[in-house]
Formats: sequence, C-alpha cells, structure tokens
Amino acid sequence: MDTPTKFAHIKGWGSDLDHANRPAYPKERTPPRLDPPVHWKEPEMQPRHVEVLRSTERPAMTPVFGSGQPPRGLSGGMRRFAFGYSENDLRHWLLLLLADRIDVGEGLVEDLASGHVPRIYSEMGGRAELQHNPVGAAKKALAVVAVLGTAYLLARRRSPRR
Amino acid sequence: MLALNYRGPYRVRASQKPDPVIEHPNDAIVQVLRSCICGSDLHLYHGLVPDTRVGTTFGHEFVGTVVDIGDSVQNLQRGDRVLVPFNVFCGSCYFCQRELYGNCHNTNPQATAVGGIYGYSHTAGGFDGGQAQFVRVPFADVGPTKIPDDLLLEDALMLTDAFPTGYQAAEMGGIREGDTVVVFGAGPVGIFAAKSAWLLGAGRVIVVDHLEYRLDFVRNFAQCETIDFKSVDDMAIHIKKMTDWLGADVCIDCVGCEAAGSALQRLTGVKLKMQAGSATVLHWAINSVRKGGTVSIVGVYGPTFNAVPIGNAVNKGLTLRMNQASVKRHLPRLMEHIRAGHIEPHKVITHRMPLEEVSDAYHLFSSKLDGCIKPVLIPPGVTV
Ligand SMILES: [Zn+2]
Ligand SMILES: [Zn+2]
Repeated sequence: MDTPTKFAHIKGWGSDLDHANRPAYPKERTPPRLDPPVHWKEPEMQPRHVEVLRSTERPAMTPVFGSGQPPRGLSGGMRRFAFGYSENDLRHWLLLLLADRIDVGEGLVEDLASGHVPRIYSEMGGRAELQHNPVGAAKKALAVVAVLGTAYLLARRRSPRR
Repeated sequence: MLALNYRGPYRVRASQKPDPVIEHPNDAIVQVLRSCICGSDLHLYHGLVPDTRVGTTFGHEFVGTVVDIGDSVQNLQRGDRVLVPFNVFCGSCYFCQRELYGNCHNTNPQATAVGGIYGYSHTAGGFDGGQAQFVRVPFADVGPTKIPDDLLLEDALMLTDAFPTGYQAAEMGGIREGDTVVVFGAGPVGIFAAKSAWLLGAGRVIVVDHLEYRLDFVRNFAQCETIDFKSVDDMAIHIKKMTDWLGADVCIDCVGCEAAGSALQRLTGVKLKMQAGSATVLHWAINSVRKGGTVSIVGVYGPTFNAVPIGNAVNKGLTLRMNQASVKRHLPRLMEHIRAGHIEPHKVITHRMPLEEVSDAYHLFSSKLDGCIKPVLIPPGVTV
C-alpha cells in the first residue's frame, strides 16, 4: 500500500503508527513518568469538617475528598441509608437517584426559605430557547396553555352548580 | 465568587458562593480563565448520574492561574498558568503507579469504580468543578500542568479532556495501518477520535451522527466519511455493505448513555430508567465491528446496568477496551502533535459565553441549537 502518498492530504497521518511509541503503550506502564516524581510515600490525610459518605467497598477514608454539599435533610438520610449497600448492590444506586429527586424539592424549599424565588424559566435557558428556537418555544408555550386550559375547563365542569 | 449552581434536572444558574480554600497541604487554588461545558456534563444536567446534589458546581475542563498553594506544594507557584486534567489523582496509589491516572484510588471515597473527577457528582468524589471563578485543585504537584508559552490557552483547554479522551479512544482501538475505523458520535470527543485515528495510521475513518451540522463539521475537521444514522435502516448491515461484508476493524463509542437512534432503548433507558440510559451505540458497535475486531468505549455510562449484546461480543471474539482517559499520560505527545501543526484543537470551539449566561449555554448545548459543537464559559473579569 502506497499509504504516505495516499494520505498526504491528512496532516500527521501515521505519525503514531508504531504501537510501541504510543503514549498508552503498554496498557499499564510502570513506573509512571511523572516529572518530577511525587515527594511523599503516603499522601497526608485531609482534615474532615463535614460529613463525607464512604463506599462499603473500601476499608478507610481516602486521603483527599470533595467536601461540598454534605448530606442534608430527607435526601441526606436516604443517601446515608444508600451507603449501607455496596456499589455492587443495585439498591445503592437506585436509592441515590431517588434521593437526588427529593433533593431538588429540598433545594426549592431552601431557595424560598432564604427569600429567593428561583426564576425557573431562565434557569432552564429560556432566553436561549426564545432566541435560537422560537418555533419550539412557541409550541411548548401552546402546549402548556392547552394543558392548563383543559384542566381549567374540566375543573369548571366538575364543580357543582348552585 | 460566581459559580454554576445545579438546582435540578435541566436547571442551573450562576450564583454567588464562598471562595474555595486550601483543605489539604498539597492543594492549590486556581483562578479560572476558561472552562468548557462537556457532553458528559449533560448526563449530570439531565439528572442521570446518581448522587448529583443540588448546589454542586459542575465543570471538569478548565484552565487558569494559580492564586494560592498549600504548604507541601513544590512544583507550582502563584501566577503559574496551568491546564488541569479532568481526573483528580494522587500520582502514588497502586493505579497511578501504573499510569492509570483515570482510575486513581486515593481521591474518591464514595465509589471504587470511578476515580475523582472535578464537578462530576459525589459518585466521582464530590469535588466542585471549574464552571466558576475559582476552583480547589487537590494534588497540585501532580495534576495541573504548566501551559507552555507557545501553546494557545484554548488549545490547552482542549487538552484537559476532549482531545486526550478522543485520542485515547482511538488508541484503545489498537489501530493498525490501513484499518477501517468507525466512530459513533460527532461531538468534540468523536471529532478528536476521528482525527486521532488518522494519526495512528487508519486507512479509512467513518463518523456516525444524525445532526447535519455536526456531520459537516467533522467532515471538514477530520477529513472523514460520514453516515447520517437517520437515513440508515440497520447500522450493522450498512457498515458491512461499506466494508466488503466483513465489518469495521475498529468501532469507537463516543456517545454513551443518552444515545438516540432506537426508540426502544430511549424508552427503557432514558425515559423509564429500567437500564442506565440507552445502550444503542454499544449494540451498533458490537454488531458492526468485524470478527476479531476491537470495540473502544469512552462514552459515559452510569454505574447501574445496561442491556448489552455480550453474547455477540463473545461469539465474534472481540476485544473490548474502555476507560476514562488518563489525561496526564497523553499530554506530552499531544502537545507535540499541536506544535507540529497536525491538529488545531481550539477550532472545535463554537461558542464563547460569559459564566453569567451559563443557563443559556447549557440549554443551547443540550438542545443542539445554533450549531453548537463546544461551548466555552468565561468568568467575569477575565480579559485574556
Ligand atoms: Zn469532558
Ligand atoms: Zn492515585
């Protein structure tokens, strides 16, 4: 195959053809080519100021972790409960997903309690929708009006007449 | 500081949060100059990743300036400009010792199957991300990489995830001279995978997507053939027809768990959540590759299960390779490719928006409006 000529129009064609020169060859390379190498044997432990949940598939805390959004409220309780199951157990993940949905409600309450009324339409990118997809925005608005209108009519029809 | 604030599926806003602080002696605080929204952020945005807590800051692709360092940091100084690989990794655990930085065991207490990732839910360590003015960067002696003077800031930005992930996707395909490579997905990672397939010596590169603007883009950027899957009845038959009825040598999944293309997969995966998202591309890849071929997966899949045709993979004798990219491992070589003019990664950026407009940026990207391929956020006060 006369490949170099065939691919002359593709800049850099075949420059990593040799497998042994590829950055990820072999799959597990040891020792690592860190320059300079790390200057610790075991990393120091990060002090813990908030609750951080831990997988039951490891014996101890990792030396470093994220400390934002500690578990809170009902969703937090569910997350704690979920972490009683291993990652190998589907219940772990399903409970976490359910806790995420509850957390959204708690977030709304938190917003309102702190006197912040969330601008939900704009948080969902409403302005970009109006600007770049006005037809779609109009259709969605019509659908919302239709649903609300139908609900209103149904409610009126069912309400007892006096 | 101003930062993204996740409020629930399809809802984010930019709001004021406390500045991050040094929490570990090897931490640095980085002032963000640019951050990206990534296709994998959309899985968070759509509420598909377990333990994505309200109030979280997303963003695992960012470059910035070091503004503070902890006591034990030796390799960085205030004022250094750095690109920060999306993996949070220690450099010294069992996996880092084998250059599997994407699988570090020392940064994520909350799961063992995934390492720490900035702004990628508590399942990936609970680290706040870079769609903010400032970010806490752990293991500052290991992860952040100084941006050489001759490298464009936005090329460095593409080196934090999209380009190395695309390159590693192609690399895991074990491409040999003249191989036919099919890349599923024409987002930034798919675009970089297609381009990388040529660097690795492919003989034919075919990219599959359904959005005309993305197919146009990848044809130009990566000089490849394209398939619009909406115009195809059956992907496996189509690709076999294109390859003397044998199948492709290598198939690469750059889509992950929200793939379009199969109503049944969308219903069971994305709508009913009976599996961890749709596995359409896995089906296409396994069924379109030739016997003895390789399927490489970098698209994001959740931690629960997917219906995957493993029997076909066994019967065809396939090699399956997959991982989160170990970004740091690829950086020297990829910088050489940029210097040699083989690739200009920043050219995939289509949108530059102020961090204040992050709600619109997410909606634009998620809904594929305005020809959006790769959106970049610029925090307030940044002038470069
Ligand atoms: Zn990314
Ligand atoms: Zn490690």
